[in-house]
Order: sequence, then C-alpha cells, then structure tokens
Amino acid sequence: MTALSATRGVAARLPARRYLIALTLAVWAAGWALLRGHDTFALGGAELTPLHGALNEAMDAVDDSRNTNPLFLYFINYIRLFIDQAVTAVQALISQPALGRPVPVLGWLGVTGLATGVALLYGNRKVALLTAAGFVSFGALGLWQESMDTLALTLTAVVLSLAVGIPLGIWAGLSDRFNRLVTPVLDFMQTMPTFVYLAPLTLFFLIGPASATVATMIYAIPPAIRITAHGIRQVSSDTLEAGTSLGATPAQALRHVRLPMAKQTIIVGVNQTIMAALSMATIAALIDAPGLGQTVLKALQTLDVGTAFNAGVAIVIMAVVLDRVTSAASRRVEVQRRAGRMRTTRGRRLEVAGVLGVAGVLAYLSYTYVWAAEFPIEANAGPYVRRAADAASQWVQDSLVTYTDAFKNLLTNQFLNRLEALLTGTPWWLVTIVAVALALLVGSVRAALVTAAGLLLLVLLGLWQDSMVTLASTIVATVLVMLLGVVAGVWIGRSDRADTVLRPVLDAGQTMPAFVYLVPILGLFGATRFTAIIAAVVFAAPVAIKLVAEGIRGVSPTTVEAATSAGASTWQLISKVQLPMARSAVTLAASQGLIYVLSMVVVGGLVGAGALGYDVVAGFSQHQLRGKGLAAGLAIVVLGIVLDRVMRAATQRADAAAHGGRHQK
Amino acid sequence: MAVTRSGKVRAAALVTGAGLLLTACGGAKVGETGTASTGGAKGCGTFNLAVNPWVGYEANAAVIAQVAEKQLGCKVVKKDLKEEVAWQGFATGEVDAIVENWAHDDLKKKYIDDQKVAVSAGPTGNKGVIGWYVAPWMVKKYPDITDGKNLNKYASLFKTSESDGKGQLLDGDPSFVTNDAALVKNLKLDYKVVYAGSETALITAFRQSEKQQKPVIGYFYEPQWFLSEVKLVKVNLPAYTEGCDADPAKVACDYPPYELDKIVSKKFADSGSPAYTLVKNFTWTNDDQNLVAKYIAEDKMSAEEAAAKWVADNPDKVKAWLPTS
Repeated sequence: MTALSATRGVAARLPARRYLIALTLAVWAAGWALLRGHDTFALGGAELTPLHGALNEAMDAVDDSRNTNPLFLYFINYIRLFIDQAVTAVQALISQPALGRPVPVLGWLGVTGLATGVALLYGNRKVALLTAAGFVSFGALGLWQESMDTLALTLTAVVLSLAVGIPLGIWAGLSDRFNRLVTPVLDFMQTMPTFVYLAPLTLFFLIGPASATVATMIYAIPPAIRITAHGIRQVSSDTLEAGTSLGATPAQALRHVRLPMAKQTIIVGVNQTIMAALSMATIAALIDAPGLGQTVLKALQTLDVGTAFNAGVAIVIMAVVLDRVTSAASRRVEVQRRAGRMRTTRGRRLEVAGVLGVAGVLAYLSYTYVWAAEFPIEANAGPYVRRAADAASQWVQDSLVTYTDAFKNLLTNQFLNRLEALLTGTPWWLVTIVAVALALLVGSVRAALVTAAGLLLLVLLGLWQDSMVTLASTIVATVLVMLLGVVAGVWIGRSDRADTVLRPVLDAGQTMPAFVYLVPILGLFGATRFTAIIAAVVFAAPVAIKLVAEGIRGVSPTTVEAATSAGASTWQLISKVQLPMARSAVTLAASQGLIYVLSMVVVGGLVGAGALGYDVVAGFSQHQLRGKGLAAGLAIVVLGIVLDRVMRAATQRADAAAHGGRHQK
Repeated sequence: MAVTRSGKVRAAALVTGAGLLLTACGGAKVGETGTASTGGAKGCGTFNLAVNPWVGYEANAAVIAQVAEKQLGCKVVKKDLKEEVAWQGFATGEVDAIVENWAHDDLKKKYIDDQKVAVSAGPTGNKGVIGWYVAPWMVKKYPDITDGKNLNKYASLFKTSESDGKGQLLDGDPSFVTNDAALVKNLKLDYKVVYAGSETALITAFRQSEKQQKPVIGYFYEPQWFLSEVKLVKVNLPAYTEGCDADPAKVACDYPPYELDKIVSKKFADSGSPAYTLVKNFTWTNDDQNLVAKYIAEDKMSAEEAAAKWVADNPDKVKAWLPTS
C-alpha cells in the first residue's frame, strides 16, 4: 500500500505528465503507420475459436444434466415454483382473470384507488394526484391489462430483489471484506448483457414468469445492494461513537442508529431498483414475459411505430409515477427525521384509516361491478396516439433523411472510422502497451494493472478485433454524451424553467424502451454504427445531464454571487467558477454515462453496430454461436470494468490534486 | 392541526358515503354476463403453441390456434419465444409445437436425434427462399443487376460509411445461418458484409431504399409480409446444386430452397390429442400465408381476427386438416 501511494506520488509529481501522454499517443500513431494490419486478430461473423466451441459444449453439458442434477431437482425447482406462484398471485389480483371470474380480483378503479392511497400516505398530495392520473392514462391508452401485467411482474421482482438486496447491502455496509468481495460480482451482474443469460435461464427456470422475474432480478438487485451499503456507510462515525459510548451493542447500533439514519438512502435504492426492473420489461418479453414489452416487440415485427410508441408511453408513465412516489417518500422520511415526529400517532392513524377506507370502497366496487372492473373502451385514446406517432415518425424519416445522412457520414468518416482504424489496425500488443501507459499516466498503478489484465483477457476470449470496434463506438458515444451532458446540464442547473421543461424529456429518454425508436432512427441513419451510437446517446445522455445539473446546482450561491459582483460575465461564471467547482459531478457523469453507453452495446448490435453487440445477439439466436455470444458478453463486461476503473482512478487523482492544492500546468 | 385532521376525517367519511351510494345504484355486476365460454372440451386439453417472432409464423400459429380452439375445443396457450428457446421448451415439456421451422439442422440433431424429445410433423407447404435482394426501382434502372455476375460492376453504388470503400452487402437477422462472408470471398466480389443485426433494420433499409431511391443490396427471404409492400427482386447467384454448400468456407453457390416444416414434442405426438392431428395435417401455400400475414401487418388486424377471417373464407382447406373421427 505504501509502495503504491509512493508511486502514485511520484507519478503525480512527474513534471511533464501531459507530455508523456502526448508521447504515448505519438508512439501509438507511429506504430499504427508502421505495423498496420499485423497481429490484429480479425475474426469473421460466423467464425469460431476453439474457446467458443468449448463454451458451447460446456453449455450443452449443463442442459443435459438438467434432469439428473440434484441442484435442479431439489433447489432450483422450488425457487421456480415459489416465484411462479408469487407472480401468478399478483397477476390474479390486478391483471389476469382469476378465481373463475372473467376479470382480475381488482379492476381499474380499485387498483387506481389503492395506488393513489399509497402515494398519499407515503408521499404527498401532489404525487397522489400524479399517480391517479398515471393509472387512468394506462386505461386511456387502451393498455390497462398489459400495464398491469408489467406492473405485477415488476413489483414482484422488486419485492424479491429488495428482500435479497437490502440484507446483503447492510452486510456490505458493515463489512469491508464482504463489500470488496461483492463489488466485482455486482459489476458483472450490471454489465453482462441480458441476452447472454436469457436463453439459459429458461432451462433453469422454464418458460414463464419465474425466468422473467429472475432475469429482471439479476439486473435490479445490484442497485439495492450498492445503495443500501452506501447508506449504512455514510452514517457519521461521531453519531456511532455516541451510541457506543452509551453502551449500545453492535446490533443495537445497527437497529437504532445506522438503519434509521440510512433510511432515506435506502429508499433511493428502492427507487433505483424499481427503475432497473422496469427497464427489463421489453427484454423479458423475449421469453414470454407478459405485458407492455410484448406489445412493443409484436409491433416491431411489422415496423408498427405507432403501436410500439403507445406502449412505450405507458412504460414511461409507469416509470415516472413510481419514480416520483418513491422520491417523495424518501424526502418525507428525511423531513420527518429532521423535524422529529410532527404528527401525533393518533392523527396519522386516522389519516391511514380514512385513506384505506376510501380505497377499500373503490376496491370493492371494482370487484363487484363491470364498469369499475374493466376500463371503458369508449375512453380509449390509444388509436390517436398511435396515428400521431406514425405520422411523426414518417415525416421525420422522409424529410430529414438528407441532412441526417450527411451528418452521419461526416461524423463517421471524420471521427469514428479514424479511431476505429487506429484501434483495430494496430497490433494488439501495441494497443495494450499504450493503454496500460495511459492508465498509469491518467490513473493509478492499480488501474494500469486492471487494464493489462483486461486487455489480455480480450485476446484470450478470441474477440480482440470485435472488442476494439465496440470500444471505438463506445468512446465516440461517450464523448457525445458528455458534450450534451455539459451543455444541457449547465443550462438546466442554472435555470429552473429549463429544468421543468426538460426533465420529463430526460425521464422519457431514460425509460422509453429503445425498441420503440429504433425504426425512426434506422430510417434516418440506416443500419450503421452511427445509429447504434445515437441509440446509446439517447439512453445515456439524460443520466449525464441530470448529474451535471445536480453538480452545478450544488455550487454554493455565495460563491456565484461573489463572482458576479466581481464583474464576471455569464460565460466566465460558467467556465471559471461553476464548472470547475462541479468537477467531481462532471466526472461522475462521465463514468455513469460510459456504463449506460456500454449497456446499449447489444441494442446497437440490432441496428448495425456489428462487433460484440452483434455477436451477443447472434449467440442468442443461433445454437452454434452460443459460445461466441457468451464470450462476447464477457468481453463487454471486461471493457466495462477496465474503463470504469481507469475513469475512477483518474477522478481520484484529479480530486486529490485539487484538494491537495497541487496545480499542474 | 385539529381542524385539518377532523376535516380529513370528514372528507373521508363523505367519500366513503358517496362510494356506498354508488354501490347502491350499481351497474352490471362482474360474472353476471358473458361467462360460460371455454367450449366443450372433447379431450383436447391444453395445447402449448410456440410463437416465433415473425409475422409469417404468427399467421400459421394464429390459424392453427383458431381451428384448435373453435373447432376442437382445445385450450390454446400461445408462448412468444425465439426459436432456440422454443426448441428448449420441447426438453422442458413446455412447448408442444413449432409450426414454421426454417431448417435448423443443429437443433434437429440435438432435440430430435440426441435427446429424442421432439419429432418432425411434416412440411407446412410453404417454400422458403433465402438470397440477396434489391428494391424494384434498381432493377428498372439497372436491368442486369439481377445477375450475380454483374455485381462487381455496381459495387461502387452500394458504398456506405460502413463498408470501407467497397460495396455494402447488408446482412440481417442473426437467426438465420448466412454464408455471405464466404460467398463474397469465393465469388470474388468487391463487397463487404455489414451486419444489420435485426429484421427491423433490414426492412427499414429496403423501405428507405425504395422511397429515397438509395441503392441497397441485402440478405432477405420469402415468404415475408414486407414483400407485399415492396416487391424486392432476388439477385441470382450461381445456382444451388446438391452439396455445393457442404463446406461453409468454400461455398460459392446460392442458398438452397427451404422446405419449411413443423416440429412437435414427442410427448405431444404420442398423446393422441386432436390438436396433434391438426398440426400434422396442416399445410397451406405461400399465398395463403402471405394473405394472413398481410391482414396482420398491413391491415393491422389482430392475429385472432386475421385467422378467423381466413378460416371463414377457406372452410374446405380447414376441413382437410381436422381429425377424421
């Protein structure tokens, strides 16, 4: 550790780090010019390496042991039964005909009433209103049952994810060793493309709700664990010491000090878990998960943009409602904690009883009467939404295509093709040396080691060239995300009005399933890598924008005032004061943006990005390419971990430099 | 504080009261009407039908489901699955039938020959064609483009930002085996294969090609609903002869014609279910399928409506599929 920090110190003190970076890049360019095309490991679309064949066979072996392996017979089968029952029960309650009735137990009125009641009790009046409007709009879009199926699956997956994730998160919060152990596993779960494990899952958990739920949980558990652990960790040591000095045992300290203080953060974790679960709705539909995802995929088969958009809107509304309600709940917890108990228990009880009473009546009505059970067909505005979306998509494709095509060609030829030629044309060993040197120069020794190991792993996986193609697109997409992130983030951070207008757009970009807008962007940019980049930017930019805006808003008003009174212009204020002071938020935005971009690699494979994304998709569709698909999934994980670690090390170094007052010129 | 609280209670009481009033004036009750469907089961039971994600398949599945439900009294459970997952369903007992299969020799070997959980139920009557296609405007403008020998002459037309200065050959849905990379090499074509990655991407490319008069050549197949919107024209490569594609690396001929077939689980075949007889007897022509696919894709009917319409219009064909007893 001392050796490590010593080298870090040396590296930081090197007088000309910038020149060294430039030198490394120059060496790379020279190497590319001299050695172009050597040792680049090109591999055709359907070609396999021995490793891919071996992976295929290994997966076959697992398939074959399904009926004999005790793990399946006594363990997984019971988990499957349990999850199936849980989902079916929720479906019977809100979405599927049940108990010999032609409709579910609760109709639209009952569900809307209950959801609004919950929003009122745990959030506030505003979100309760939003909830009511949101649920009614599911019916108004003509998608009540599909929405409820999605909700049922999402809720079950979320509850199970929290049941697993929060205890593990508490453990990770208390134990450094467990935290270190679990972090790479969580990275893996979050970056491994779902397509890779979707088909094998149906062997373990069969076709049905259980597989879909488990697929969703794999993606939704990590935020629950991470954020809970973070909440437990950030409880100040002073508070804990006070508790210990009063004689609290560790268990008491956990229950009475840590958990209550971490409650708000844990609710943020719940929020993120819900969002992650909901983002799986479309992909889970590939293995017969019911709900809105089915509608989107079915519509895509006939390129029916309108219908896909209609269902996409329902998903966005569901996400926004769930997000706002959980956020309001988290704020409420915080306010209550600060203020102590505001309301008497009796007052609260009356409130609860009142709300539940009303909701109960509505539920009873929807149980009994057809008008409250089935959403009235006359109120279906879905066809209008569909036609409008169709017309818009058509207009955009017809009238903008000349400009977008030129734009695509310009960016592709000027940046993407050059970067890709550099990455794929240089021998693998030179790329590795350059990357390790860069990781050392901008990051740390540890980051350099991770980089070396990661790139060697890519070679072993037999997908070097594909990985480099994907890396080039990923870098270009991340740069675009950050350009947008800084520009829009500063704007939103400085103007409340911009925030009000743009926030719903950002939420939509984040939660609208990519499948919905694939057709129009394919029409505009063709089946190209650039289309894949656009899809990634649409998904990743909102996160970056939100984080940058948050950072700009966090700059203390006194500093801003001081600068303004000193005569700084708006431009100076932004470039000299606000952005530098929000630097850690900007770097966080970059690393999150990057992870989000990587999570779209597979979607990119569906629209012409080729490389790793296509390998994964093909592995999902073709039996003999399964092994290669798995290897490609692993390569995406490796890229994610390497880029993340380098970025983090660079952030730490920048922070250390800023706080230590070292200025590097 | 006290005021708001009692106010809230009062409001709650009011709403509850209003609710009760509503209850009193009612409306139609759930279960009073429209139950008693699920027709007379004639020992058919549940029929698990895989639905693979393309419209032609859905047409087959919808018509079979329609007949099984309405005329045989089966309870049909449709499961939306990709091909490979559907085949796995034979092993786990969750899928009874796949009703449009495109070759998939590797899966046949695994599930029919090795695991013996599935059996073939004969051809669907549909003929599958795979090949390279161009939009009709191109054929009008460059009549000799449909001969594969002339492709190099037109390579520069198909240049894009993705194709490294060569012509772009757009490959599509990864569900199908393609020999295109080998074909380009072995036929010495000045083209680069670009993987579009999905049927959506391919169709959008061809649609834009026709509309914007933009040259596109790519991998496509029939029967396919899109061909009734834009009648793509196939480019002729050296004709297929038995065994010319034996070595995938050396292949230099066109794709073989495909006889699309039906696969059922062994268990289902042995069950004696009338639904099995229906699946086994089911055959129709490309035109039949294209018609139902058109109802779904262009006339935006639901699969059920489309099937019901076709079944009503073609009673004789349907009759031939039914069990004789």
